[in-house]
Amino acid sequence: MFEALLNFFRDLASDHPTWNFIFLHDASQWNKVVSGLWVTIKLSVACVFLSVIIGIFGSAMQGAESAILRALVAGYIQFFRNTPPFVQLLFFYFALAPFTPSYSPDGWLEVPYISNVGWAIISLSMFAGAFNVEIFRAGVEAVPTSTQEAASALGYTRLQIYRYIVLPLALRVSLPALNNNLVNLVKTTTQAFVIAVPELLYQSITIWNDHPSAQNPMMVVLFVSYLALVGVLVLGMNRWERGMRIPGYGG
Amino acid sequence: MKKFIAGLAASAIALGAVAATAAEQCTNDVWNKVMQRGKIVVGVKADYKPWGYRSSDGSLVGMEIDMAREVADTLGVEIDIVAVQSSNRMQFLEQGKIDLMIATMSDRKDRRAIVGIVGPNYYTSGTNLLAPDALNFTEWEQIRGKPVCGKQGAFYNQIVEKRYGAVVIAFTGNAEAKQALRDKKCIGFVYDDSSIMADLASGNWEGFGMPMPTEDDNPWALAVPKAEQNCVFGRFMSGMQYNWLKDGTLIELEAKWGIQPTSFLATQKERFKDWLEE
Repeated sequence: MFEALLNFFRDLASDHPTWNFIFLHDASQWNKVVSGLWVTIKLSVACVFLSVIIGIFGSAMQGAESAILRALVAGYIQFFRNTPPFVQLLFFYFALAPFTPSYSPDGWLEVPYISNVGWAIISLSMFAGAFNVEIFRAGVEAVPTSTQEAASALGYTRLQIYRYIVLPLALRVSLPALNNNLVNLVKTTTQAFVIAVPELLYQSITIWNDHPSAQNPMMVVLFVSYLALVGVLVLGMNRWERGMRIPGYGG
Repeated sequence: MKKFIAGLAASAIALGAVAATAAEQCTNDVWNKVMQRGKIVVGVKADYKPWGYRSSDGSLVGMEIDMAREVADTLGVEIDIVAVQSSNRMQFLEQGKIDLMIATMSDRKDRRAIVGIVGPNYYTSGTNLLAPDALNFTEWEQIRGKPVCGKQGAFYNQIVEKRYGAVVIAFTGNAEAKQALRDKKCIGFVYDDSSIMADLASGNWEGFGMPMPTEDDNPWALAVPKAEQNCVFGRFMSGMQYNWLKDGTLIELEAKWGIQPTSFLATQKERFKDWLEE
């Protein structure tokens, strides 16, 4: 049965020279697809996690008493929101990396401690984090000032108010926009291929450059994979949204 | 009996029709379109000095651009030069965005199934490594397990990985890959020996060289749309290539663009030598 399926794809490849599903009948190409998918998943999880952390801390800093802190966050948002993520990736990897500490395994190579995958995570998290800060700010401003004043009257410090009262309420308001941004982030991880991060798009390009007949099937794989990945993320976020719902607040 | 004969006649006609369509009829669509429009669109490289690159004023120049212009002059049409990349040159030709492709493409079997590659091949080159002199490489085995920069799309990336166990880090463009080499992120840049020679000749690569023996000599091919391969356009381009090789036009272009003279062109000129020529 399995052999019959493999033979079907081999026949399809010989009848239609642009529809070679090579990863289905060639083990080394299958391994490339799987490893690319795995790197994409790891990259997405790391970036989603880090960017949400940046968002939470960033929006806390936006309400800070210190003008320096507020200016710092404003500057960070302007820089990372106004520049294309592609350019940010190139800048971090080529322009900044030589200034970071590196070691030499053989006396000539300079291997930076932060690899290209590391730079991709840093760059993409900071990019999405800038958007998240603004998304959380929308939620923070939705919390009524009377509630915050009441908390202040009860003796909470500013940080305690943020942590125990404002953030839980703000999160519920920001979730739809946050969901949007995280979906965008998962798709933006494809841009890491430009600094040779071996994620799914990079592996697909390798496969279809070695085997031009496999280009159309690889594009189908890309579409299906990202649909599935984003679908899982959205399902998770919707579950979370439903779990956090407070009756009478929002939906 | 009548029915039987009628049936026999019907099947004979049907078979005849099938046989007629089985013999390929050239429709010469692209050729006719080019001649009617009075313009040919040629895809060339924009980042492969000196075959196709941008001069300081932004226009596309190079050996292959000169070849394309000669094709347009011979046809008596205007020329429209379009920059293509390794990753999209065949697709552009397939989709009709370009009519002819002369873009430093290596002649490979699976590429022949997609675009109309016609001979005789006008050039050839092999794989080599742009490496720093300080590393004292003498043979390919020395790169085993080491990071090697490459360009996404080159067919020899996987050959180098499989054969010598190098770890190929492939970037989207030559510029990024070479920059990574300068930043010491890899021990060499695996690429076409003709391009590496051009880089070394440019003088920007002090301290670098091409120490390895060239491997996997692979002829280059230009391409017409697949449907035109055995029709007028394909035959015409074969004729152009034959004449370029025979009368030494390519050798002159080599000299004009500062490319190291290759024995391939000299051999081909000898091979196609006119028997009456003195």
